[in-house]
Order: sequence, then structure tokens, then C-alpha cells
Amino acid sequence: MSLYQGIFKRDMQVAFKQKAELVQPLMFLLMVVTLFPLGVSPSPDTLQRIGPGVIWIAAILSSLMAMERLFRDDFQDGSLEQYMLSGMPLPAVSAVKVAAHWLVSFVPLLLLSPLLAMFLNLTVDMYIALVLTLILGTPLLSLIGAIAVGLTVGLQKGGVLLALLLIPVFIPLLIFATSAVDSAALQLPYHAQLAIIAAMLLLAAALAPFAIAYSLKVSQN
Amino acid sequence: MLEARELTCSKRDRTLFEGLSLVVEPGELLYLRGPNGAGKTSLLRILTGLSSPDSGVVLYNGMDISADKTGYYQDLFYLGHKSGTNGSLSALDNLSFWLAQHNVSVPVNTLFDVLEKVGLVGLEDVPVRYLSAGQQRRVALSRLWLKLAKVWILDEPFTALDVKGVHMLEKSMKEHVGRGGLIITTSHQHLSETAGEHRVFDLEYRF
Amino acid sequence: MWKWLHPYAKTERAYQLCLTLQPWFWVGALACLSVGTVWGLAFAPQDYQQGDSFRIIYIHVPSAILSMGTYVAMAIAALVGMVWQWRTAYMSMIAMAPIGAVMTFIALFTGAAWGKPMWGAWWVWDARLTSELILLFLYMGVIALYGAFEDKQQAGKAAGVMALVGVVNIPIIHYSVEWWNTLHQGATISKFDNPSIAPEMLWPLLINLLGFAFFIGAVTTVRLRNEIVLREMHRPWVQALAMNKALNQQPGDAATASLKEGS
Repeated sequence: MSLYQGIFKRDMQVAFKQKAELVQPLMFLLMVVTLFPLGVSPSPDTLQRIGPGVIWIAAILSSLMAMERLFRDDFQDGSLEQYMLSGMPLPAVSAVKVAAHWLVSFVPLLLLSPLLAMFLNLTVDMYIALVLTLILGTPLLSLIGAIAVGLTVGLQKGGVLLALLLIPVFIPLLIFATSAVDSAALQLPYHAQLAIIAAMLLLAAALAPFAIAYSLKVSQN
Repeated sequence: MLEARELTCSKRDRTLFEGLSLVVEPGELLYLRGPNGAGKTSLLRILTGLSSPDSGVVLYNGMDISADKTGYYQDLFYLGHKSGTNGSLSALDNLSFWLAQHNVSVPVNTLFDVLEKVGLVGLEDVPVRYLSAGQQRRVALSRLWLKLAKVWILDEPFTALDVKGVHMLEKSMKEHVGRGGLIITTSHQHLSETAGEHRVFDLEYRF
Repeated sequence: MWKWLHPYAKTERAYQLCLTLQPWFWVGALACLSVGTVWGLAFAPQDYQQGDSFRIIYIHVPSAILSMGTYVAMAIAALVGMVWQWRTAYMSMIAMAPIGAVMTFIALFTGAAWGKPMWGAWWVWDARLTSELILLFLYMGVIALYGAFEDKQQAGKAAGVMALVGVVNIPIIHYSVEWWNTLHQGATISKFDNPSIAPEMLWPLLINLLGFAFFIGAVTTVRLRNEIVLREMHRPWVQALAMNKALNQQPGDAATASLKEGS
């Protein structure tokens, strides 16, 4: 197998042996979404109004939990050191790991999304827009998030700190994604919002691997 | 040949060593000695390129390792405090993945031969976290005999090994040096005669 | 071109520079702030629309501008530290961070206070105020990340990465929040936009801007001095400095008398 296929395959194998760690963020997502009808109002109109925001906020929060496992095991057991000594460029290794992590964390989210849309009374148009924003936006969460995960991987209490670092940075994505779904609700076009998210994604795809590699080197010290 | 020139390293604002230089030639075993906290691990990590020194340079065959890592890493094997194995994968999987990453191809028979040598036959399919500490160490060490690297940098490789394991490793070290290999190692126990001739480098604890 | 800056990579030179600059910054801050604030709050003409309550801009606008400026300066310091590996660069970055955060808080507080007579509410989700709030979060993130590491050199590198990620994101955040605001608030003209400002109003504003800048400089030099002394405690020049201070402070003390004898 090629070098990078090997990394991908390994991460997938490890992920499937840690199924509990994969399912828990999804359960968290589902529960957070459930809190809104209970805490705000179960009225279909209200839920439809706040739905896009609720799903995206819940997705961001649950992704913060899921992201911690991206480099943690490899850092603690020394596999990361061995990657750094393998001669493979670290940005490429990071990119492959982020891709594997995204597949494992966000594809289940996409599978769960019809249920969430139903809970929050989204129309079909809104749901289509939601799925498009999730497909474009969740890789962005993984790429930018990985930079902060790389910095905090060696810290004892990285969890809340990770959220503090990443939530401000995710705000533009939240704004454009929810706006796209809201526009879909009004039968208005939302190409502009999707294009902006795609542009952010391309920027992140180009630059983030290098930032992630640098962060990992800082944590290795 | 591995050379360190004027290395300065500080951790948590404490200077561990300053202006440190050393040269290790092929066919040499360097035994790095010093009390806890003297900076042995930091020095080894700088020599592998995992950490950067505050100042100074490490040269492999005359080339700065920070400029060209691939050549050095093809010849290097490093074993630190961490084993470099994932607990949920089996020993066999761990080794196969590691070999693939380091671009080392080894026939399956050799892989099993090495596993037999380190006494892990029958345990190669078990997730590594179910093995004892000593067995986990052996999984990590087995890579030594799979990647025939010229330079071995080993940080306390005898940890958790039993008497037989220590003897096996020391014998391998002597053989490696005899073949023209280069070893830098630390240990809290003295190297016995089985390891062969070696040079000692003392690191002092600085306040 | 930047060769004149290179000596300041050494902590001792940086410390001396802080000592030299510090009194100038304090004097400048005191002078400009007293002139600007008194002029603006008492003597500048009233705004024809907003009466006297607009006077808060003499505090709000300088602090808002400098809150962004300090973040950019932090990012530049982080970049210098990353590229040239200067410890003093990372130390300057963390010296600036809290004062930048305080500036952001002042901007938020005065912005909200300005909103009360205008819109009757203590807080409105205006585009600028929201951007300032997010900027405050970015500052707090950098400071928190620095504090989480034991090894302060490592802390500087990590916080530097976040400062750079933040600085790249600031324009993106700014424009996305502005756009979000237009979606949800319609076409209300923001009171924080002052398209044309009379010269009698502009001068106190500029003087206060300079005053706040001096203030930030003064506090940064004090914090940088402290950071240098804290991190370089075991160096001979720091110990000599401490010894001199002890000797000069209490000449009549028996302990210092014995110190004098010892040296």
C-alpha cells in the first residue's frame, strides 16, 4: 500500500476499534438539538425559524468533542514521533489524518441529519441547503480545528480551552451556513453563501496542513 | 558520522546544556550518562531532529539535519520513552503499518522470525494494550531488527525488559557496532560487557 | 533593512530599551489623555443630533481602533518570533495581550453606554460591537493558551500560532458579521459611523488616540520588563540588577550593609 493509504487505513482501523468514542459526539448532538424544543418552544414555526442555527451550533459543539481524538492517541503513545521520523512530510500526514477523521466523524452526522431536520420541522428546501452547507462546512471545521487540536494535544485540560480557541474562528462559517438555510426557507437563492463557504474551505485546505504540522512540532517541543 | 556542534538547550527557562559538542563515528557506541533531569532525553531528541536546540546544529555525514531530513531519517532508528504503538491495534498490525510508513519492505517470514526472536509468538494478534509493559517494549524494540538502520538512538531501551531481553539487546548492540553501525543510548543501569566497547559521555545537572 | 532591530533579540538589550522608553510613554500618555479627554468631554462642541452623549466617542473610538491595532501588533510579534526565533518577540506578544484585551473591553463598555441614550438598550447586536466582542474572545483565547503551558518558550510559540490564525480571521469575521447585521437589522445607519467629522471634534479624538497609544506602550514596557526578569531570573545580569536595587533601596539596613560588604 502507498505510504498515505497506509496512514488512512490505520486511522480507520483504530477508529472502528473505538466505536464508543465515535458514537458519543453524535449522541451529544442529538441531545443538544432535543434541548431546544424543550427549552425554547415546541411550536413548529419557532423550531423552523431557529432550526438551521440550532443544528449548526450543535454540530460545532459536538465536533469540538470529537476533534480531541484526532492527534491525542498518537501523541500519547509516541506514534506521532515515529511519523515525524518517517521522512513523510508532516503537512501531508496531517492532511490524510484530518481526512480520515472527517469521514469517520461527519458522515454519520450527515446520516443523522434527516432526523434532526424532522425534529426541527425544516422544509425539504431547507434540508437540501443544510446538507450542502454541512458537506462544505464540516471539512472546514476539521481543518481549522486540527490546528488548535495540534496545539493543545499535550495539555492536560485541553477540552474547554479547545472550545475557547475555536468558537470565535467558526463564527463566520456559522453565519454563512445558517443564512444559506434561511434563504432556502424563503425560496431565495443561496449560491453566494455556499460560494463563500467553499472559498474558506479552499483557503483552509491550502494553508491549514502547514499550520497543523507546525502546531504538532510545537507540542513535541 | 553524527556530529553535534555548540548545542544549547533550555527547558522551562532552565539551561540544560550550553555549547555542547560531540562526534560519534560509525562503529562506535556512545553511552550517555547523567542524573535525572540532566537533559539526556532532550539531547537525544535534538540529535534526532524532533526538538530544535536554542542554538547550534546537528550534522549527519556533514549535512545539517534540519535542512535535509529524508537522508538522515532513512538511516535512523529512534526509540524514546513512548513505545510508538497504538494500544487498540495488534502487534502485527502496528509493525506492518510502521514498516509501510518508513518505507521498509520486509517479507512476512522475516516479520514472524523477528517476533519469535523477541518472544512474542502467539501474542501477535492481541491488541497491544493487553500485553504487559515488558511485552509492549519488545514490540517497540522488534522494529530495530526490521529496519536495518545505520544509526540507533535509544532512550533507556532496557526499561521493563527482563534479564534475557537485556542480554539480547546488548548482544545486538555489539553486533551492530561491529558491522559499522552507530549507537547512542542512555540507561540507568551500566552497560555490561555483552554490549562491547563503548565510550561514555557524562551530562551534568545544571542549576 | 531591519538590522537595527536585531540587538533587541537579546533580553538584556530589550530590557534596557523598555527602561528608556517607559518614562516617555507615561509622560506622553498623561499629557495627551488629559488634554484630549478634557477637551473632548468638556470643551468640544455639541453634536447637533446626539447632544452631549456622543462625547463618549473620545474614549470609544480610540480604544476600538487600538484594540485592533494591538492585536495586529501581537500577530507581527508572533511572526517575528516564529521566523527569527526571538524570545523577546514572544515576550512582547504576551506583554501586549492583556492591555489589548482591556482596550477591547473599554471599547465594548463605552460602545454599550453610548447605545443606551441612542437606542434605549444597554446592549445591541450592532455589527461593530459584535465584532469587538469576538475580538475580545480571540484575545482571551491567546492569553488562556499561553497560560496553559508550563514551558513559556513553548507557550509563546503556541499562542503565536493562535494569534496568527486570529489575525487572518479578523477581516473574515468583520465582514461576515457586518453582512449578518444587514440581514437582520435592515438599513439602520450605525451611529458609530461618523462619515464627516468637524475639525473641532477631530483634534481631541486624535489626541486621545495618541494618548491611548502611549498608554498601551507604557503598560507594555512595564509588562515586558516584568516578563523578562521573571523568565531570565537565573542570568547574571538580572541578579546584578536585583542586587543593585536591594543595595540602593535601604542604605541604613543591617542586611544591606552586609550585602555591601559581601559584594
